[in-house]
Formats: sequence, C-alpha cells, structure tokens
Amino acid sequence: MTEKLFARPKSLTDVSTHYCPGCHHGIIHRLIAEVIDELDVQDKTIGVAPVGCSVLCYDYFNFDMIEAAHGRAPATATGVKRVHPDAVVFSYQGDGDLAAIGTAEIVHAAARGEKITTVFVNNAIYGMTGGQMAPTTLVNQVTTTSPYGRNPNFTGMPIKMSEMLATLDGAKYIARVAVNNPVNMIKAKKAIKQAFEIQLNGLGFALVEVLSICPTNWGMSPLEAVEWMEKNMVPYYPLGVFKVPEEVAK
Amino acid sequence: MTHEMIMSGFGGQGIMLMGQLMTYAGMIEEKNVSWIPSYGPEMRGGTAYCSVIVSDEPIGAPMVSEPNIVVAMNLPSLHKFEPVIHPGGALIINSSLIDQEAKRTDIKIFKIPANDIADELGNAKVTNMVVLGAIVAATSCIELESVLKAFTKMFAKKPALLEINEKALRRGAEYIQKNC
Amino acid sequence: MAEKVLMKGNEAIGEAAIVAGCRHYFGYPITPQTELTEYMSRRMPKVDGVFLQAESEVAAINMVYGAAGAGARVMTSSSSPGISLKQEGISYIAGAELPCVIVNMMRGGPGLGSIQPAQGDYFQATKGGGHGDYHNIVLAPNSVQELVDITVLSFDLADQYRNPVMILGDGALGQMMEPAEFHSSNTGLVKKPWAAAGMRGRGKPNIINSLYLQPEALEQHNIHLQRKYALIKENEIRYEEIKTEDAELVLVAYGITSRIARSAMERARAEGMKVGMFRPISLWPFPEQQLAKSAENASALLTLELSAGQMIEDVRLSVGNIKPVHFYGRTGGMMPSPQEIYQEIVNIMNGKGGK
Repeated sequence: MTEKLFARPKSLTDVSTHYCPGCHHGIIHRLIAEVIDELDVQDKTIGVAPVGCSVLCYDYFNFDMIEAAHGRAPATATGVKRVHPDAVVFSYQGDGDLAAIGTAEIVHAAARGEKITTVFVNNAIYGMTGGQMAPTTLVNQVTTTSPYGRNPNFTGMPIKMSEMLATLDGAKYIARVAVNNPVNMIKAKKAIKQAFEIQLNGLGFALVEVLSICPTNWGMSPLEAVEWMEKNMVPYYPLGVFKVPEEVAK
Repeated sequence: MTHEMIMSGFGGQGIMLMGQLMTYAGMIEEKNVSWIPSYGPEMRGGTAYCSVIVSDEPIGAPMVSEPNIVVAMNLPSLHKFEPVIHPGGALIINSSLIDQEAKRTDIKIFKIPANDIADELGNAKVTNMVVLGAIVAATSCIELESVLKAFTKMFAKKPALLEINEKALRRGAEYIQKNC
Repeated sequence: MAEKVLMKGNEAIGEAAIVAGCRHYFGYPITPQTELTEYMSRRMPKVDGVFLQAESEVAAINMVYGAAGAGARVMTSSSSPGISLKQEGISYIAGAELPCVIVNMMRGGPGLGSIQPAQGDYFQATKGGGHGDYHNIVLAPNSVQELVDITVLSFDLADQYRNPVMILGDGALGQMMEPAEFHSSNTGLVKKPWAAAGMRGRGKPNIINSLYLQPEALEQHNIHLQRKYALIKENEIRYEEIKTEDAELVLVAYGITSRIARSAMERARAEGMKVGMFRPISLWPFPEQQLAKSAENASALLTLELSAGQMIEDVRLSVGNIKPVHFYGRTGGMMPSPQEIYQEIVNIMNGKGGK
C-alpha cells in the first residue's frame, strides 16, 4: 500500500501554466488552492482574475472565476460578494493592477470593509507587457521605462500598499509574505489561510501581499532573482503582519 | 380642454409643490397631466418655475412656452411671463409682493394678497395654498375637492397638516370669488 | 390593475427596476440623474436589495460586471460624463455577454458640458461607445409611463439576449412628473446556469471572460456576437408612428424631443399641413425598414434632436438619398419650443428648406 504524500490540490486544474521558469505565480496559485481545499470551500469560491501576467489564472483555478478589467478586480469582487454573501470571493492582482490603475478600487474595497480577500503579488515590475516600471519598482531599478534606473525625483518613491491599506478601519487583516524559501512559503500559506478565515468569519477586508520574483523581466536567473529580492525588496518591503484582529492573533 | 400653466416665483415659496398638487389633482380627475421644473438656462434671473399641463388630450411637450395660466409670485416672474400669456389667458398676481400693475389688456388678471392672507391664518408657509385656491377659483381648471384629495395623498404621513392647508386653499378661492 | 401614481421620471425608473426584480444597484451621484441613485438608496434596503454607492462610475460599472457575472439582475445609472467613464466596463460586459441595465439621463456636452437635457450621446450609445465590435440594445422612452415599461422590458431583454441594455433618457425626462402604473416583468427572473455563483455541486467551473488570446477563437466569438445582434435586429425593433399615412413631411425624433415635435406636428395639422411623426423607440436596433416604409409617400423628412445631428445619420441610411432629410437641433441644454419646430415645418412645406 503506497501513500500519496504530494498531489495536485483539487482546486487547481490539471494543465501546465504559461508562467516563465522560476516565476512565483505558480507557487502562490498552489498555496491558495491548498487553502481553499483545506477550508473545504471550493464549491462556493469565486475568484476574480486581474489583467497582467496572472490574467489567465482562471484556467488554473478549479472553481468559478471572473476575469476583470485592469485594476477593477476589487470592484468586480464587490459585485459578486454582494450577490452571494455566503460565497468565498477573492481577487488575485499584481502590482500594476492593484497599486497603479486600480488604486481607487482597492482602497475603497478595503475602506468599505468589503468581505473579500485579496492576494496581491508584488514583483516590482510590469511583467505581462514586458518589464516596465511599476509603482512598486525600487529606486534605481532598471526597467524598460526607467532605463537609467528609477529616479525618485521624477517618479517618487515606491508605494507600500500594505502599510497604506493597514491604516484603513475596514481592512481587518493585512500581511506581507514571500515565497523565496520553504519557511517563508509555510508562513505565506498561513497568512493566506488567515485572510480567507477573516472573510469566512465575516470580519471584513483581508489582503496578503506576496513578494515575488520576475526573472525574465529582471534579466536574471531564478536563483539570482531570489537573491536580488532578498537583498533589495525585503529591506524596503518588510515582511510581517501589519494588522490582525485580536481574536485571530491569539 | 387643455390648461397650460406656469407657476413662478423665487425659491422657498413652495412653487414646485403647488404645481405638483395641481398635477396630482388633475390625475385624480383622470386627466392627462405633466409637471416639469424650470430646467434650463432660463433658470438664471431669480425666478424658479414649473410647467404644469392638465388636459383632456394627450400631452406633447411638457415644457410650457405659451401658457394660458400664469402665476406670478414675485416681480421678476411678472416681468418674465406676462408677455407670453396666450390671449384670453389668466394671470394670477401675488399682490403682497408685487406692487406693479400688469400691462396686458387681452388677458384676465387676478390679484390676491397671498402672503397677507397666509399671515392672517397664522402660517406664512401656506401662501402657496392660498394661491392654489385662487387659481382654481379663477380658472376652474380643476375641482377644489380634487386638490384636497391630492393633498391628503401626498401628505398621507402628516394628516395634521391638512386642516391649515385646507383653510388656506378655501380662503384663496373665496378671495377671488368675492373680489374679482 | 395597479394604481396610478405621480412620479418623477428618475424615481419611476428606480421603482420599475424593483418591480422587474432588480435587487442590486451600483451608482455614483451625477446631475441630472441623482434622484434615481437616491431613490435606490431608500428603496433597496426595504426589499432586501443591495444599494451601493461606488467610489466612481468606473467602480460602479465593474461592480455591475461582477454582480451580473454572479447571476443577479443588476442596474447602474449615470449621466453623460459618467457614462463615458463606464464605457470600458460596458465593453467587457458586452464581450462577456452579461445581462445588465445601464441608464443614461443625458446632459449637455462635450466635456463637463452642462446639467441641462441633451441628446448628444446618441453615437456613443448606439455605435459602440467602448472598444470592439459590440452593440448595446438602446431604448429611448418619451414619457414617465414609458420609462417604467421600458425599464421592466430592459431587464427581460438583457436576460434573454445576455446583453447590456441602455436606457437613453435625458435630464428633462428624469425631472418631469407624470402618472405611471407599474406592471411586473413578463419573463420574471430566469435561471442563469452560466453564472459564476460558486460551483455548488456543478462539477465544472463557470468562467466569465472576454479574453480570447487565439485570433481564431476571438473571431469565432465575434461571429457569435454578430449572429446574436442580427437576431436582436430581427426581433426587437420598436417605434411609434403618428399620422404618417398621408404625411408629406415626416418628423423623426426620439425621447423628450419627440414630445415637442408632437406638439409642433399637431399645430401644423391644425393649419392643414400634412405632417406626421416617426419615433424610434429602439435606437439600436434602429427601425430602418420601418422608417423607410413610413416615409414612403412623404416628400421630405425632418430630423429633430438635442444635438448637432447624430441620429440623422441613421435616418439618412434608412431612407437613402432619394428624398431630402432636413435637420433641426438645439445643443448645450437648450430646448426648442413647439413654435420653433413649427416654424421649421412651415419653412420646409413652403419650399424654403430648413437647415
């Protein structure tokens, strides 16, 4: 009798993804799927996909999905949740989607205490369009639209969404995690699970920011990219839980 | 029969409500009715007004441009609308606030000191009801009882208001019957 | 039979939506349709519905997208500048084939324009508005009663064709009061097995989407959409003809303008002039053949709009180049009087042309 120790979560479909080698989206998808399975809510989950690299995530998640317009996933998720308050609704968004074009939607979904969960993947660059500067691009980081490095005198400082959203009363759980090593992956999964539990308990808005690499557009190997992230992103975007309801923190 | 009315004055005189009550009363009498507030660049110049049509025929344009009934609650209203009244039409002037005479000779002119009558009744807020009574008495466009029914419907949640408003409505009508 | 009530156009739309089973409304205040937003905020909680004031028109239409995708009867409303902001979302809704009702109580434009009634959004409403090959069903009522009836119909059509329906009104229709009666929806709530409502035992996920990265697939999707539009063209033409049988001049007008045109027409008839009126109620699909037939025996047409001339293009396409199509329009929130239009009629009938 053999025991299966590692299998595809049932909340993931059996297809290969389009993501580049080394990309963290696949890991983050899997963590979400595992959490959905563990919470046994696949049958009442509705995900909202963004525009960006993860635009096709509706092909990879094995539950109902809606593909939203660029930046509008929190508004679309709001519409869904208001129709099906008993459903588990989440948006999956990148940094261009959430922190640039969709800033108003994420801020107001959080401010309303919308009972949805957002997984925010921050890789400091626009991936889908080929490596342009994002609002989260670091100072001096070279991109195709900051070819001499991001100059804060012209473009300001990178935006810290988690810290900003944590100031809103409606946001009940805000955490920043990374999936650069197994320990952090376990922490990331715990945070994602808590963010969904906040929703299941009807407490309010929950967001998990996941620091991620983009080897292709950063122009690095996956290992170099992980190192670059640890050295450059983590100091500016510190990991941790920014906000957690007392009853959950215990 | 078609009655095309313009009720005009300044904001706060209850012009819009007066028009709505007239419209509601027409509906109760199963006539075709429409009400539309002044809504356009003509709003400039200190007058607020509404167009009301009460008709046996289907109503085309709800905006009245050639009224056969005009109510002028203040002086700018008189200046603005006296010239456009259809010959043979009626002009009701609030003489409490307008000390000028109308110039037209081809229309019927009714003057009523509406604010003074309302003050006598002890409630300045019912000035518009005094005028509404005057319109009904002056033009017979509608039954007074229909206006009362309309009032009862529109203020179903505030039945206490009926008594003073009914009094004002009847006083306005009586004034026209006695003096004009 | 329901009792007649006296209502403002904007509020009548709101009540009609509730009668039609709409329980989700997402909006943002803008003059001259704010009474509708306010009405929904009062009424929705009383019928266990959802009223949500969004942070922008952009957010509102994307909430509509989510709610429609989740299977609800849903509505949003705005006025011209706000409708411009919604266009991206409307394109997504059309592409993903979601049913919803969008109300545009038009005001003067372009830009911030004015808050007075206008009809300058005809092109935007009927020719696309957003990106891509799509059509809204566009309906243009001209009275408070018709606002009610068309609102109810709009929800039915939206569900039937899985297509956005736009009610194209104007500030005047929204502000005016007339008696109205409310009759419930013909089809009532329909089952939506395609909705993203959670699988709940379904076995296979539902995906709401307008993305087709393969050109072949997207072309097939477009062909499918065009077939649907052809079906709508075949079945959903709506119009009204008044005294066109013997008319030498046929007036063409929609919405509030048709009310003014009607007064002018009656005046001309009283003077012995053979004038009729054709009123498109469905602006898309436009009643092309019906207008051509209606004006068959007329020697000219006069298109009347609160714009610099937009619907006139469809009028010309309908009747061809065989007879003159005159135009008279006011813009910026100016409303023509019946006398102004009557004068145009006289000029044309006397062979002086019009504009």
